[in-house]
Amino acid sequence: MTEISRELLLHVAHLARLELRDDELARLETQLNDILAAVSKVAELDLADVTPTSHPLDVVNVWDEDEPWPCLSVEEALENAPEREGDFFKVPPGGTS
Amino acid sequence: MIDTLRLGAEEAKGLLERKEISGAELFAAYLDAIGERDPELHCYLHVCEDPGGDGIPIAIKDVIGTRGIPTTAGSKILDGYVPVYDATVITRCKEHGLRVLGKTNTDEFAMGSSTENSAFGPSRNPWDPTRVPGGSGGGSAAAVSAGLAPWALGSDTGGSIKQPSALCGNVGLRPTYGTVSRYGVVAFASSLDQVGPVARSVRDCAYLYSILAGRDHCDTTTVELPEPVRLPQDGDLKGLRIGVPRELNEHEAIDPGVRDAVRRAVELCAQLGAEVGECSLPRSVEFGLPCYYLVAPAEASSNLARYDGVRFGYRSPHADDRLEMYTRTREEGFGDEPKRRILVGTYALSAGYYDAYYGQAQKVRTVIAREHADAFERFDALVTPTSPTVAFELGGKTADPLAMYACDLLTIPSCMAGLPGLNVPVGLSEGLPVGLQLIGPQFAENTLFRIGHALERTIGFDMVPERLR
Repeated sequence: MTEISRELLLHVAHLARLELRDDELARLETQLNDILAAVSKVAELDLADVTPTSHPLDVVNVWDEDEPWPCLSVEEALENAPEREGDFFKVPPGGTS
Repeated sequence: MIDTLRLGAEEAKGLLERKEISGAELFAAYLDAIGERDPELHCYLHVCEDPGGDGIPIAIKDVIGTRGIPTTAGSKILDGYVPVYDATVITRCKEHGLRVLGKTNTDEFAMGSSTENSAFGPSRNPWDPTRVPGGSGGGSAAAVSAGLAPWALGSDTGGSIKQPSALCGNVGLRPTYGTVSRYGVVAFASSLDQVGPVARSVRDCAYLYSILAGRDHCDTTTVELPEPVRLPQDGDLKGLRIGVPRELNEHEAIDPGVRDAVRRAVELCAQLGAEVGECSLPRSVEFGLPCYYLVAPAEASSNLARYDGVRFGYRSPHADDRLEMYTRTREEGFGDEPKRRILVGTYALSAGYYDAYYGQAQKVRTVIAREHADAFERFDALVTPTSPTVAFELGGKTADPLAMYACDLLTIPSCMAGLPGLNVPVGLSEGLPVGLQLIGPQFAENTLFRIGHALERTIGFDMVPERLR
């Protein structure tokens, strides 16, 4: 099992777009390694021939009729926006997303 | 004078229908009870004004979206968010005249077993306010036990309805996955999340389930019930076969007082005419918890990606560019537990680790489902304790995430298999409620209601916390 190093932790945090405070880093590093050690138990089972379960019911795709359906107005959709400009959500410029 | 501590939903409905009380009086009685006891118990994050009407009031866990009523999921990142549409379960409740009393406290994003992960402070157990009400739906469970709501909606991913109901001493159902719509519910782990009822009797629980269940075209994972919900009638348990899975009843983590109370209830089932036998679910218990704590965080890391400060909820004011806005909004808005799960989940899904973690966990899920299916060839229902312990002290497990995760040891396996589970209070240990978990095959809610109702009638458990009598 891979031990999560500080470097890997920061990489994963970046993937999750999560800035971590310095005072959180040491605690999270220990806790994540403890959690991963515990959940790695799943590797003990040999399950090469087992089909994974992604959904507990045997359901098949369902399709709705291709008909217009009432949806939120622009005003409703923007009602909770932290910042807006006209009919748009406004965000700070720049920065790689 | 309406005694909300002893009033169930069915009785309330009767009083309203016979016009012995008005809808306004009933709603006011709950607001009074909330005013009196909620400052201590902190079950509610938001209390509503009477919307009018004659229906039964209901409390709603704050992960369920309510139009015009703040919905926080117990998180600072949704502080101030007011949904512009109702979740389907809310629409269904309103169609039956139910009136929303308020939004109940929850661990942040329903991640936890004590409500101590709520960004707005913990709820307290009405039996002993120094103890937790369980979680994540501790607010709903404590409200129902303390007479602050006749019934409530909860949501259950790995035990968030069943475990708090056990710790607070009331009835809670986690329905079969797919029977209740998740549309408009704050998503945590989509292949596991289920909304369900918390109530003061099995009949109330069944009635509320009948309101909630059924296919919703807004949630394509939902299905129609193969048979209608039947309110349980008085009767024995003849013809039913009840299995006692060894590993879930004899696990070393189970308190002796809990084990004994459950054992007595199992003997009662036999006296009521059920055929009781032992069975085994060895890998479900041993691998259930690790499997859950891979699948749930993996799905959570994906679901929680939407909280980016762009469209709704909290946005950090301390950002100069867009990337900084995302990362600081999430750092400032999420508490410790969502951060841990986002990180574990992101790691478990990342390139090079997917097969070993998430892929393997999904296979373990198949193994767990098969073990249960085998047991249901011999039995109509399985019984176990719901929680290995009675309510624990506030702060008792907050420093150790793994100790908190272990609270769900006995509720998780059946959740992984998509099976329904009903908590029924069966007695006290150390003066605190003990809950029994009934697990059935998919869509076997009616069987669970029948057994639960028979036990409830025979045991006569007094749901009113001793200190409030």
